[in-house]
Amino acid sequence: MENKFKQEKKQVSIFITAGYPKLESTVEQILFLQEKGIDFIEVGIPFSDPMADGETIQKSSSLALSNGMNLEILFQQLESIQDKVKIPLVLMGYLNPVLQFGLEKFLQKCQNLNISNLIIPDISFEIYTFKYKELFEKYKIELCFLITPNTSNKRIELISKKCKNGFIYLVSQNATTGQEKGEKDLSNRYEEIKLLCKNVPLMMGFGISDKQGIKKAHQYCDGAIIGSAYLKALENNFQEKFMADLL
Amino acid sequence: METTEKKSITQPDENGFYGEFGGAFIPELLALQVEELRINFEKCKNDVSFLENYHSLLKDYVGRPTPLYLSQNLSAKYGCKIFLKREDLCHTGAHKINNTIGQILLAKKMGKTKIIAETGAGQHGVATATVCALMNLECTVFMGEKDIERQAPNVGRMKMLGAKVIPATSGSKTLKDATNEAIRFWINNPDSYYLIGSAVGPHPYPQMVAEFQAIISAEIKNQLFEQTGNSLPTKVIACVGGGSNAAGAFYHFYDEAKVELIAVEAAGEGVYSGKSAATSILGSPGVLHGSLTLLMQDKFGQVTEPHSISAGLDYPGIGPLHAETISTGRVKSIPITDNEALNSAFELCKSDGIIPALESAHALAALDKIAIQLDDVIVVNLSGRGDKDIETYLNEELKMKN
Ligand SMILES: Cc1ncc(COP(=O)(O)O)c(C=O)c1O
Repeated sequence: MENKFKQEKKQVSIFITAGYPKLESTVEQILFLQEKGIDFIEVGIPFSDPMADGETIQKSSSLALSNGMNLEILFQQLESIQDKVKIPLVLMGYLNPVLQFGLEKFLQKCQNLNISNLIIPDISFEIYTFKYKELFEKYKIELCFLITPNTSNKRIELISKKCKNGFIYLVSQNATTGQEKGEKDLSNRYEEIKLLCKNVPLMMGFGISDKQGIKKAHQYCDGAIIGSAYLKALENNFQEKFMADLL
Repeated sequence: METTEKKSITQPDENGFYGEFGGAFIPELLALQVEELRINFEKCKNDVSFLENYHSLLKDYVGRPTPLYLSQNLSAKYGCKIFLKREDLCHTGAHKINNTIGQILLAKKMGKTKIIAETGAGQHGVATATVCALMNLECTVFMGEKDIERQAPNVGRMKMLGAKVIPATSGSKTLKDATNEAIRFWINNPDSYYLIGSAVGPHPYPQMVAEFQAIISAEIKNQLFEQTGNSLPTKVIACVGGGSNAAGAFYHFYDEAKVELIAVEAAGEGVYSGKSAATSILGSPGVLHGSLTLLMQDKFGQVTEPHSISAGLDYPGIGPLHAETISTGRVKSIPITDNEALNSAFELCKSDGIIPALESAHALAALDKIAIQLDDVIVVNLSGRGDKDIETYLNEELKMKN
């Protein structure tokens, strides 16, 4: 199997919250972003208690939930556009909604939809290894692990060895989503991480909000992911302008 | 070496699981913090000088051992021996300080200077603010907006002790949301020490908090032996929010099969009223705040908002040790409604001259729900005093009269 994320060209990805701002927005947004030339899309599964997220994604999640979004509906929406979607979709969400849906059923659905990569931040590398690895392998779904600038080199090497058909998600700084702390110059650390991950695609996310942020991320990584900034644009119906400025 | 001795349920496995429940379900953004904590807790928990410090502060600063008081009036009413373990007499007015003393010593050892905590009833917030003042450390407490209103006296105490109180405005604006905010702050400030207030959260927290609270049952054993010639009661009753006072009161009895352990949960306006926090009945396995435990949630895995008149029990989960021991039947859980708890609180005031915390009143109310024999020796853990709840008590008394 080819790694879809190993590309010559530097990647740009957008995170959206499924069911935000309207229940039907998931479908519209995926097609819109694909048309704009986004390389892959992270589709966020809303959760009531998103512990690693800042205000913007928290708000979008609770609105999506009050719109009635849930995994049954999300999979229906994704099935309805299966033939039209040509770029990779990565599902991202906290573990609990997935557990209640049934992890195995969830992985099966993903496989059927040709979604081969997931980001579930609260499955730590350790928990994955001793509890969930076999099930993921059975359905050939790969969990993309997060690393941060604070993650030790040894651990980054360990994690990068596990990455075959996906990517490593480099969280730009130790912070919840949607913030640009920028208090420390991390460029040296990013260089080190780039070397440690030289055989696997590396995508940077958290706190990237515009073209300049993408450019910076691309210096060290194969791709950059925008989340909160795009959701804010969506909230104000500025997505056309946002995309025009971005690409 | 192979040991033939059966492992105690109080000890989680190397991944932090108590049977099916527990673990550390944390994003990489917390991996370093939690690992650092785990390593340092392992070092300290058997360190003689650490333990000496802990015990000497408990004795001279907190005022331990707290009395084990044989209530003549309750004993006469129920026709057996009823003892109250007087955690309400701890400095700051609840058991919470046993844990904050232990954790603040650990934080000190780790060289931490900024302490964060979540609080529901405000007792843990006050206990954290207190030890931070004692150790000259910076203290930030997250508290749900709704709890700030209903536990106003404790907000004032925290502020007087020099803590910064930050309102949590998301979700139900109670303990769950304060915990979310504390975790997010910890992610953003990885150098700070998160001093969790109950036997919840990712491993090693549930184990650590249980061990710092285990002093409660260690004392009960000694005191019962002194007073009755037998160190084992027949029943121990404690309320469960996240489960720290219950874990402490049960700790040294888990492996004594003859001692019945009763965990009392808040049933709010009735277990099935839709306004309840009876997690072990309404909950199912799920992941919240870093551990796999019993959780109140809808069929899509969204956490449901609990309700209890008592801010300290108003939480949609329970600690993983309780989830495991209730699931296996070792611990029995009993739901108590808001009104039942209120009645027991008023009764204890009149019978024994003690104003209990609303949380503790739930444990007392369970006496009406269990079969009692003449030779029963029952210990009720009176986890805290009711000063913080006076306004609620007076308002409810007015309502009852009208
Ligand atoms: C007096 C008192 N008892 C009990 C509790 C419940 O917590 P836990 O279940 O951790 O003992 C609280 C929490 O705030 C409390 O203040």
